[in-house]
Amino acid sequence: MRPSLQRHRSVLDFALSSLLRRKGRNLALTAVYTLVVFVLASLVFFVQALKHEARELLEHAPDMVVQRMVAGRHDPMPASQVEAIREIRGVEEAEARIWGYYYDPVYGGNLTVMASQDPTLAPGSAWIGRGVARNMRVAEGDMVPLRGYDGLPILFTIQKVLAEDSELVAADLVVLAPTDVRALFNLPEGLATDLAVRAGNPRELATIASKIVEKFPDARPILKAEMLRTYEAAFDWRGGLMVVVLASAILSFIIFAWDKATGLSAEERKEIGILKSIGWESGDVLLLKFWEGAVVSLAAFLGGVLLAYGHVFFFSATLFEHALKGWSVLFPRFRLIPALDAYQITVLFFLTVLPYTAATLVPCWRAAMADPDSAMRS
Amino acid sequence: MIELAQVVKTYSAGLATPYTAVNGVNLDIPGGQLTVLKGPSGSGKTTLLSLIGCMSRPTSGRIHLHGLPPGLLPVGADADPLEITSLPERFLTTIRRRTFGFIFQQFNLVRGISVLENVMLPTYPTGEDREAVEARAVTRLEALGMARHLKAPVDRLSGGEAQRVAIARALINDPPVIIADEPTAHLDSRLSAEFMELMGQFKGAGRTLLIASHDPIVHDSPLADLVIVMRDGQVVSAP
Repeated sequence: MRPSLQRHRSVLDFALSSLLRRKGRNLALTAVYTLVVFVLASLVFFVQALKHEARELLEHAPDMVVQRMVAGRHDPMPASQVEAIREIRGVEEAEARIWGYYYDPVYGGNLTVMASQDPTLAPGSAWIGRGVARNMRVAEGDMVPLRGYDGLPILFTIQKVLAEDSELVAADLVVLAPTDVRALFNLPEGLATDLAVRAGNPRELATIASKIVEKFPDARPILKAEMLRTYEAAFDWRGGLMVVVLASAILSFIIFAWDKATGLSAEERKEIGILKSIGWESGDVLLLKFWEGAVVSLAAFLGGVLLAYGHVFFFSATLFEHALKGWSVLFPRFRLIPALDAYQITVLFFLTVLPYTAATLVPCWRAAMADPDSAMRS
Repeated sequence: MIELAQVVKTYSAGLATPYTAVNGVNLDIPGGQLTVLKGPSGSGKTTLLSLIGCMSRPTSGRIHLHGLPPGLLPVGADADPLEITSLPERFLTTIRRRTFGFIFQQFNLVRGISVLENVMLPTYPTGEDREAVEARAVTRLEALGMARHLKAPVDRLSGGEAQRVAIARALINDPPVIIADEPTAHLDSRLSAEFMELMGQFKGAGRTLLIASHDPIVHDSPLADLVIVMRDGQVVSAP
């Protein structure tokens, strides 16, 4: 082995044995450190994976949704506007959508009710999301009553429970035939909730939007990019909120770690003196302390990141779900597809490993610069 | 030979309470002999040893090392005699590591690690092959009768055993000069006599020995070639 590598190996070996000599202190420090990295990494992974998921799902969403605004609020719009929008150059497809929200007073959950033109969905039947099925404790073939606008119940037979992979967005979904949705919400024929528009060339969307507003001044076109931005902002906001809530815990750790890392005990000071007196240079002592700090912080970083990975991608972020998935009664249950961002992991690494390693070096640098005899006498 | 000229060491110089531990010492310490620094506590013996052993720098004065083999000199330092007081820290460390072996009054072993690891510790920064170092450390410890304690933590050793470990550590880099500060302070008469016997063997092997002690077993020993008496930081009696 080359002498320079051998030097690192020997000093690293000694650093490990030094850490083991102060087992209690170092284990406590590593455990708390790991916990902080775990919390931060869980947030980063979760928010990142949700954004990724939202992007994937919006891939199939319409390029633009057109709503009608009355007095600054969303109002049903004439379905006949579809024809006029279809005629705009660049519009590939336009479709009137019928949907709404339904509050279930029995289960205390808000459902999204949507109409589908699918011919396999017969009137009187329903497709429901997994969250709805769980909440109402129903399965395929069961019947569920939904309370109509007039207070009278309407019975629906569950024809299908929607697939698990769509649960993130479809947990609270109830899909009915268009006539059933109209009957439930008292939505007259000829009115739609909004219009979904697809463009041949996404670059033309802004022009198409302006032409729609020109034709129908009370229309409000919402582009897919805007929907994505809203999702991302919502997830970022929730992640940020968690960071604020956890800030006091993180701050406590920083104070704890700073105190442990920067304070040199009399024994450590003496040990540095011994090492220098037997032929170690200041640089060798700093290398030793660097390895000690690096081992603790790297172990905590790797441990925290791996635990966070398991927590988010195998256990669906159980610890943070109430804060991160939403405040609904219908929590979606889903397994996220791992989506790691190298940039964010690097930022996390630099925010956790480097400050600690640097903090351990400062007091040692002072002790290591002293003459060995003064270090021995102190 | 080690030559000291007008060496002064003042602690807290420039502060309100400066303390001069060594005051204008001139000395010639011959090579290959056993020299004893004798004097009461606070006479400056330990400070003088740390100055000679490159553990600290004098406030003023010069220290020259004569006859160092070229292999022991740091790269870039080829003068003979070598004036060590003005050398940068890197050179001083190299000289300290290659030239001097230290035996401290409190033994100064690193607690919590094994006897073998303590002895090997001075070689870690050199990048020397671990197996070669371990073999050498085992040889040194065997020669001092410590073979059965190789893996034992140093915390469990008796005073005499701990001192033998300190001696083995001082010898690991095969230094030509051994410096010992009050080596018999924590030993009974039998162990002190055994220590002097070991010093006799080292002297016989051609090493230079420099011991600070006020123990009669050391300074009255027939092995001592030169006894220098110190008081209040000054040499009061030297041949």
